Amino acid sequence: MALEIMEGSIAVAQAVRRCRPQVISAYPITPQTHIVEALAEIVANGELAADYITVESEFSALSACEGAVAAGSRAYSATTSQGLALMFEVCFNMAGLRLPLVMTIANRALGAPLSIWNDQQDSISLRDSGWLQFYAEDNQEAVDLHYIGYRVAEDHRVLLPAMVCFDGFILSHTYEPVDMLSQEQVDAFLPPFVPKFMLDAKAPVSMGMYATPDYYLEFRYETDQAQKRAIDVIREVGCEFGEQFGRDYSALIESYRMEDAETAIVALGSICGTTKDAIDEMREEGRKVGLVRIRCFRPFPAEDLKAALAGVERVAVLDKNVVLGAGGSTARGAMALEVKDALYGESIPVLDYIIGLGGRDVRLEDIKKVVALCEQGEGDRFYGLRTEVL
Amino acid sequence: MAIGKTCELFECGHRACGGCGAALAGRLLLKAAGEETIVVSSTGCMEVFSTPYPETAWRVPWIHSLFENASAVASGIESALKQQGRKEKVVVVAGDGATLDIGVLCISGAFERGHDITYICYDNEAYMNTGIQRSGATPYDASTTTSPAGKVSMGNRRPKKDMPRILAAHGSPYVATASIAYPADFMQKVEKAMNTEGPTYVQVHAPCCTGWGFDGSQTLAIGKLAIETGLWVNYEMVDGEVTKAKKVVKKPVEEYLKEQKRFRHLFKPTLQVEEIAKIQAIADRNFERFGTEIKLPPKKDAVVE
Amino acid sequence: MALNVGCAAAPGQSRDNKTGSWRVFMPKFDPSACSKCGMCQLVCPEGCIRETEEKEFVPDYDYCKGCGLCAEECPKKAITMEQEEK
Ligand SMILES: Cc1ncc(C[n+]2csc(CCOP(=O)(O)OP(=O)(O)O)c2C)c(N)n1
Ligand code: SF4
Ligand code: SF4
Ligand code: SF4
Ligand SMILES: [Mg+2]
Repeated sequence: MALEIMEGSIAVAQAVRRCRPQVISAYPITPQTHIVEALAEIVANGELAADYITVESEFSALSACEGAVAAGSRAYSATTSQGLALMFEVCFNMAGLRLPLVMTIANRALGAPLSIWNDQQDSISLRDSGWLQFYAEDNQEAVDLHYIGYRVAEDHRVLLPAMVCFDGFILSHTYEPVDMLSQEQVDAFLPPFVPKFMLDAKAPVSMGMYATPDYYLEFRYETDQAQKRAIDVIREVGCEFGEQFGRDYSALIESYRMEDAETAIVALGSICGTTKDAIDEMREEGRKVGLVRIRCFRPFPAEDLKAALAGVERVAVLDKNVVLGAGGSTARGAMALEVKDALYGESIPVLDYIIGLGGRDVRLEDIKKVVALCEQGEGDRFYGLRTEVL
Repeated sequence: MAIGKTCELFECGHRACGGCGAALAGRLLLKAAGEETIVVSSTGCMEVFSTPYPETAWRVPWIHSLFENASAVASGIESALKQQGRKEKVVVVAGDGATLDIGVLCISGAFERGHDITYICYDNEAYMNTGIQRSGATPYDASTTTSPAGKVSMGNRRPKKDMPRILAAHGSPYVATASIAYPADFMQKVEKAMNTEGPTYVQVHAPCCTGWGFDGSQTLAIGKLAIETGLWVNYEMVDGEVTKAKKVVKKPVEEYLKEQKRFRHLFKPTLQVEEIAKIQAIADRNFERFGTEIKLPPKKDAVVE
Repeated sequence: MALNVGCAAAPGQSRDNKTGSWRVFMPKFDPSACSKCGMCQLVCPEGCIRETEEKEFVPDYDYCKGCGLCAEECPKKAITMEQEEK
C-alpha cells in the first residue's frame, strides 16, 4: 500500500479516472471546482478516454449524464449546494428512470443567505429523490466510495444513481494521505458498465414513458424496493472491497467505542473525526460515550442503527442540516427524524443538535458540550448560537 | 423494412386528437429519419399521446426525461455514442413551449457546444398538453387560455419569437422551417438536417385542430393557408444565410384567421380592422424579408365596350 | 405482466390501443376513382392507411379515427366520409 499525500478533490478526481467514465459532464462551483478542473486536465492529457461535456449549467450537466447512461455509457458528475438544487428535477427523474451514476457532492450550505462553506443541507435535501447517499469521514473513504458507488449503483438488483458526499473544504481542500489503488486493482474490482436496458437501434425501447394512476404507485414501490435491495448489495460489495484491498465497507454504519456506552452520538461525515477525538478524551475521563457514524444515509440502515444503539441511555444526534419548520416548537434536522423513527417504541431519548451550519467550526469542546447537554436532557435545538447577534 | 401491417416506425394506436398536425409531424419525421435514430422527446402533447406506459407508439429507441432538458439529454447521448463508436443519429422532438421557452438554456448550450444532433420543434403555437396556454411561438392576437381575448384584450400581445434566427446565430450549419402541409418538403429537410454535421434545427408548423379551433380534416388546409398568407414561411438557412424560401401567391391574412376559433374575436362581435391590419403588416414584413411573393401579371379585365 | 424497471417498454405497443372506436365518420374509399397517388397514406396522422398487393389503398379501421384528412386531401375525391353505424 503506497500512501500519497494529496488534496481531497484531486484524490477524488484520480479515483474517478480509475472508474473509467466515458462521459463526464459538470459545471464549476465552489468547493467542488478542483475536482472538475483536475478531471478536465486528466482528459486533456489523454489519461482518460472520456468525452468531457462543458455544459452551460448543472441542470444540463446532470441531464447530459442521464442521456449518456441511457445510451449505455458510464458517466460522472460532481456538484454541490446551488448546483445540486438546480439539478433537483433531473435527480428525481434519473432515479425514476433507474439510470445509475456516481456524482460527487462536496457538501456546502444552501442560500439564502449565500454561503460557500460546509454543511450538508444540499444533499440531505435530496434524501427523497431515490439516490443512494454515502457520506465520507475522510478522503480515503471518499475515494473508495466512488469505486463502491459505481458497483452498487450499476448492480442490476439496484440500478439507482449514487451521491458520494464529502464535506466541502473540510475534506475537499485538505491534504491527507490516501492509498490510491492502481488502475489494474480498480479494473479488477469494477468491471465495465453493463446496462439492463439502453437506447440502441438494434433493440429499441421506450424510456421515460408516463404512468397512469394504474401504474405509478407500483413504479414508486419498485424504486423503494431497489433502495431496500441496495442494503444487501452494499454489504456484499463492501465486503468484497475489504477482501481485495484491506478496507472493509460491508457495514452501512460504524460503531466507535460503543461497548458499554451510555451516551451515543450519531453523526455523518467529517465531523465524526473530531467526535472520535472528543470521545477518546471523554473516555479517559471515565465517561461512557460512543459514536455511531452513518456512512450510508440512503438507503437508511434503520435496523442496524437500532441494534447499535440497543442499551444506550440517550442519543445525541449531530445534524449539519435543518428541516425548517419541523419539530413543533423545537428544532430538527433530517437525521434526528430518521434516528427517532428507527428507535420508535424504544424508550431511549433522542436529542438533536443543529450544528456547524454554513461552515461554523465544530471543535472538540463543542462535542463535549453537546454530550453534557444531552446528559442534562437538553437538546432539539440549534447548538452554538451567537445570542449576541440575535 | 417491414414493421407491422402498415410499415411505420411511428405506430398506430397513439392517443392524439384525430387530425393532429403534431402526430403527422412525428410520423413523417420518423419516415425521413429511419431506423438508425434515437429520439429524445420533451414533455408535451407528442410525448403524452404516444407513450402512456406500456403503450408506446415509437419503434425507434426513444427517451423522455423532462419538459426542458431534451437537448442536454441528447448531448449526453451523442457523446456516449461517439465514445462507443456507434452510428445512430440523435434527434430531439420537442414542442414550441419546450423549445422557444423553457428549454432555451439547454438548447443554447447544446448548439454552442456543437453536438451532432438534429432538433425538430413541432410548432403548434401554444402549450397544448396543459390546455392551450400561450408560448413564445403563439402568434400575435391569438386567444389562448393565458392570453384570452376579452373586453380589454385582443389575445396574445407579442408576435412569434424568431427561434430559427436565434439558433442560426449560434452557428448552426443548417436551420429550416417546414410545414406538415408539405410533407415531402418537411421530410427532405429532416433528412438534410440529419445529414449535416453539427447541431441542426427544423421548426415544423403543426396546426392543432383542438387548440386553434378548426375541424381535424382541415389540418393541411390550414397549414397551407398560413403559408399562402405569409404568416408562416418555409425557408432554409445554411450557415446563417437564407438560401431558399417558398414563394406563394399572396392571400390576405383574413383568409387564414377567419378559419380558426383562436382569432374569432377579430371578426365578432365587431370586425377589428386595425388589429387585422397589424397582422397583415407582420405577413407583409415576412414577404419582404424572404422575397416570397409571386407577382402575377395583372389580369386582363374583360373588355367592356 | 411484470413491471419494467424504470418505466421502459418494448416498442410499438400502442397497437394494443384500438383507436378505431373513437370514429364517428368513416372514410369510404372508392378504388375506381383512385389514381393511386398515395396522398391519403402520406397525410394520415395515424399511419393507418396501407397499400394492398392489388395496389389499393385501404384504411385499417381498427385505428382510423375518422378525422377526414385523407378525404379532404384526396385529389380525386375518391374518399367520402360517411356517418358510421355502430
Ligand atoms: C418544469 C415544468 N413546467 C411545466 C410543466 C407542465 N407542462 C407540461 S407540457 C407543457 C406544455 C408543452 O408545450 P409544448 O412544448 O408547446 O408542447 P405541446 O403540448 O404544445 O405539444 C407544460 C407547461 C412541466 N411538465 N414541467
Ligand atoms: S391538442 Fe393539438 S397537438 Fe395536442 S394532440 Fe390534440 S391536436 Fe394534437
Ligand atoms: S379518416 Fe383520418 S385516421 Fe382515418 S384513414 Fe383518413 S386520415 Fe387516417
Ligand atoms: S389520395 Fe385519393 S387518389 Fe390518392 S391514393 Fe388515396 S384514395 Fe387514391
Ligand atoms: Mg406547443
